[in-house]
Amino acid sequence: IASLVMYLFAEFDDAANLLAANPDATTISIDEPTEIPKQQHSRLQEPGREEDDELLGTDDSDKTELLAGQKKSAPFWTFEYYQTFFDVDTYQVLDRIKGSVFPVPGKNFVRLYIRSNPDLYGPFWICATLVFTIAVSGNLSNFFIHLGKPTYHYVPEFRKVSIAATTIYAYAWLVPLALWGFLMWRNSKVMNIVSYSFLEIVCVYGYSLFIYIPTAILWIIPEKVVRWVLVMFSLCLSGSVLVMTFWPAVRDDNRRIALATVGTIVVLHALLAVGCLAYFFDAPELDYPAPIIPAHNVSTVITKSR
Amino acid sequence: FAGLADVSISEDIPVEGEITVPVGSHSPDEDYSTLDEPVRDTIMRDLKAVGKKFVHVMYPKKSSALLRDWDLWGPLVLCVSLALMLQGGSADSKDDGGPQFAEVFVIIWFGAVVITLNSKLLGGTISFFQSLCVLGYCVLPLTVAMLVCRLVLLAGSGTVSFIIRLIVVIAMFAWSTLASTAFLADSQPPNRKALVVYPIFLFYFVISWMILTFTPQ
Repeated sequence: IASLVMYLFAEFDDAANLLAANPDATTISIDEPTEIPKQQHSRLQEPGREEDDELLGTDDSDKTELLAGQKKSAPFWTFEYYQTFFDVDTYQVLDRIKGSVFPVPGKNFVRLYIRSNPDLYGPFWICATLVFTIAVSGNLSNFFIHLGKPTYHYVPEFRKVSIAATTIYAYAWLVPLALWGFLMWRNSKVMNIVSYSFLEIVCVYGYSLFIYIPTAILWIIPEKVVRWVLVMFSLCLSGSVLVMTFWPAVRDDNRRIALATVGTIVVLHALLAVGCLAYFFDAPELDYPAPIIPAHNVSTVITKSR
Repeated sequence: FAGLADVSISEDIPVEGEITVPVGSHSPDEDYSTLDEPVRDTIMRDLKAVGKKFVHVMYPKKSSALLRDWDLWGPLVLCVSLALMLQGGSADSKDDGGPQFAEVFVIIWFGAVVITLNSKLLGGTISFFQSLCVLGYCVLPLTVAMLVCRLVLLAGSGTVSFIIRLIVVIAMFAWSTLASTAFLADSQPPNRKALVVYPIFLFYFVISWMILTFTPQ
């Protein structure tokens, strides 16, 4: 009887291990169970795609899939469930920020840095910092532009903080939601697309906004050329992070849809940057005393020549 | 139970002792005696506790009094006085002026709650209300800065007054951040201290910005 009990316990242990390795019943990210057969399928199909494997970081993907399966097993109404989204150390956050500012060509941000440990700390606090940086910088820039004028009375423009907060948090949460829904929908039609979980997309978007923080501080300089150069530069950097992340996810789809998706991502990102620049920072060329004098000269010349 | 049958008290040993239970525990909590004390004593006790915590904030040593006996009276008083002093600014009709009372209130309380949640989610061992208490009390240097700024603005609003206000606000901002970090940093896991300190820095920076950009009508 004792040996039978031991055998049953061993079976139970094995079953528990298998369940821990692949808990599709309790995890919320739905890409892990289906991702491994898809990658094997694509490997069988085209063996010449080594750079894609490197892009996807599939060297240790099996290990990360297993590790990912063991997280997030607390029910969603407990505090521990939300603690799993803040399971990062200082050096990890700094590494992710560095990865978003210096995009390595050919490396995928999600696979390289996030590695199935998406955090909410970075997106939330980067967005909060960006909101206040844009509001403060815009206020400072307007102050310096209008400084000499006698009719100018400084106002702190506190309304703009709430507008900035709404805009940036809506961008950082609704656009990933839409993108995730779109990728899920395409995933159901075209089977071999790499898909990301919702939190990983939020993570990429949050960290990609980091470059706008120093950009917003530098926008205080009241030169139009400088501002537009900064816009282009930061757009290239953060846009490339986003493009390199999402291109492998849509590449296997219809060519037009893939290009349209990536194009929409870049256009929305550009709209955010340009919109913030236009709304929070006044245009620097607001000095009009010069044109009055030539008109006076012209009128005196005309009267003299009569 | 077979072995216990022969344990018994022999009848020639007298049983003696007291069986009365002493009534009225002499614990220092004086639960039942605060009903009889004068109202002035009750209020003074709470006021003294709040005042002691103010002193702890101004001279931040690592004492546990602020953490152990938390209360939210001090933060409430500081928040209301700061929000009141931030009124009367350049309130033009095209509401482009400074923060309204409700905005200051919401920023302070909501900001403190978010920072507390952040530190607890990162694995901090401090309790929710203790952290709120510390963050609220450490607004005291900034309230003092606001008072000084309003007094300086009464004298004039030129460049000199701006420089004085800038120096005072920067000094008080540094004081607030260092005081709250001194109290809160020990309860965090060691490899995440910077992740917890940065939001506190941002919180006091926003309050300092509101104080510095206050312009009277």
